[in-house]
Amino acid sequence: MSVIVAFTLDEALAALAAHPDALILSGGTDLLVEINEGHRKIGSGDAPQTVVAVDRVAELRSWTVDHERQMVQIGAGVTYSEMMEEPLAGLIPALAEAARTVGSPQIRNAGTLGGNLGTCSPAGDGLPVLSALGAVVHLVSANGRRELAVDEFMVGVKRTAREPGELISGVSIPIVTGWQGYSKVGVRNAMVIATASAALVADFEARRVRIALGSVGPTVLRCPEAESMLSAAVDWDHSAVDAGSVQEFGRLVTQTSRPIDDHRSTAQYRRHSVGVMAQRLARRAFPVDLNSGVGHPEENAR
Amino acid sequence: MNQFYTLTVNGFDHEVADAWLGENLLFVLRERLGLIAAKGACEQGECGSCSVMVDDRLVCSCLVLAASAVGTSILTVEGLSNPGAPTDVQQAYVDAGAVQCGFCTPGLIMATHHLLDRNPDPSEMEIREELSGNICRCTGYGRIIEAVQQVAVARREVRS
Repeated sequence: MSVIVAFTLDEALAALAAHPDALILSGGTDLLVEINEGHRKIGSGDAPQTVVAVDRVAELRSWTVDHERQMVQIGAGVTYSEMMEEPLAGLIPALAEAARTVGSPQIRNAGTLGGNLGTCSPAGDGLPVLSALGAVVHLVSANGRRELAVDEFMVGVKRTAREPGELISGVSIPIVTGWQGYSKVGVRNAMVIATASAALVADFEARRVRIALGSVGPTVLRCPEAESMLSAAVDWDHSAVDAGSVQEFGRLVTQTSRPIDDHRSTAQYRRHSVGVMAQRLARRAFPVDLNSGVGHPEENAR
Repeated sequence: MNQFYTLTVNGFDHEVADAWLGENLLFVLRERLGLIAAKGACEQGECGSCSVMVDDRLVCSCLVLAASAVGTSILTVEGLSNPGAPTDVQQAYVDAGAVQCGFCTPGLIMATHHLLDRNPDPSEMEIREELSGNICRCTGYGRIIEAVQQVAVARREVRS
């Protein structure tokens, strides 16, 4: 077994070219749990012989904003703690909210956005946000680069479209005009893996609502039917929507979810909670009740 | 299988030889280097007993692959002060009665230093959120929060 610590992107890609089946180590908050518990073998039998540590690759650890294209590019090595800090948090507020719900300060100081994608747990907190925002994943290898929509990158439970020898270099995320937020339920506030989660983006320019769900399917789920229904029901000039449409939105989201029973919760509770979260997110995005006119749009203005 | 490496802990270089490269930093600190302040309970990043600083970032040492930490600066409770000369945080934990069985204390001491270095005047909510990764099964946290507040007050008085 060998451990290769890469300090530059070229070093990381050379290591991966030489050892395409290597385990890629970023913050370690997923991989080390598997190694500690003996679920992930290294160095014995057919198991990978090499770990490539990429957490100190400088090129992966920064983010940039392109105001002209209205895009934020976040390096794969940016940590959850860094996603919670201004000015990044102000550009992608839903990602900052999601990051704040991850583990504890210790976990957020180590865990990275690239690691969240690479592990591709159904409960990954950043993933519904990336999906609802229409993020693009950047993959690099010694042979070149490619980009994939995040919904195409996430294939199934801990399965991605990443090929051997490829490294996630970062994500580009559009800056959206309008409200965006993340909601999550678990057994407590801190140190909890999502029982169910949802990210909602209200794109006021495109006049389009997008919602993505976590922990209620093999990977993150979008809800096209619910999105179309609510997008049409919203009065975009007044941030308003009627109570009936919000309720219908929750019902359609529940219908789209495909949860299972497991040690963390039941399918029934997950179906219910994801519908409730969808309704609450919709009301936070469009605070005015179209029928009664009650609400405080300025409270949620962003 | 074996590849020796050097870790910088509390300002000193330590060579780690003949160790399985899959070992986590907590194991290496305790079992190979004899630095036993950081405690191991869950080994999955849930309890915070193993909290140390790596390049000034508070992390769970059980989730750091030791062999990948070469070239970083690692700080444990042993490196905070000299024996018999506790830091203000350590003294406040004693004064406030924030230590009962003591198992979680080293991790909490590291987390408290990390918190107060970044936020010298935290609210109670901020203290609770920043210490949420350190589980204590004895105290109920009340006296731990008091200890943190005592340090914040004392440091404020020194500043003014």
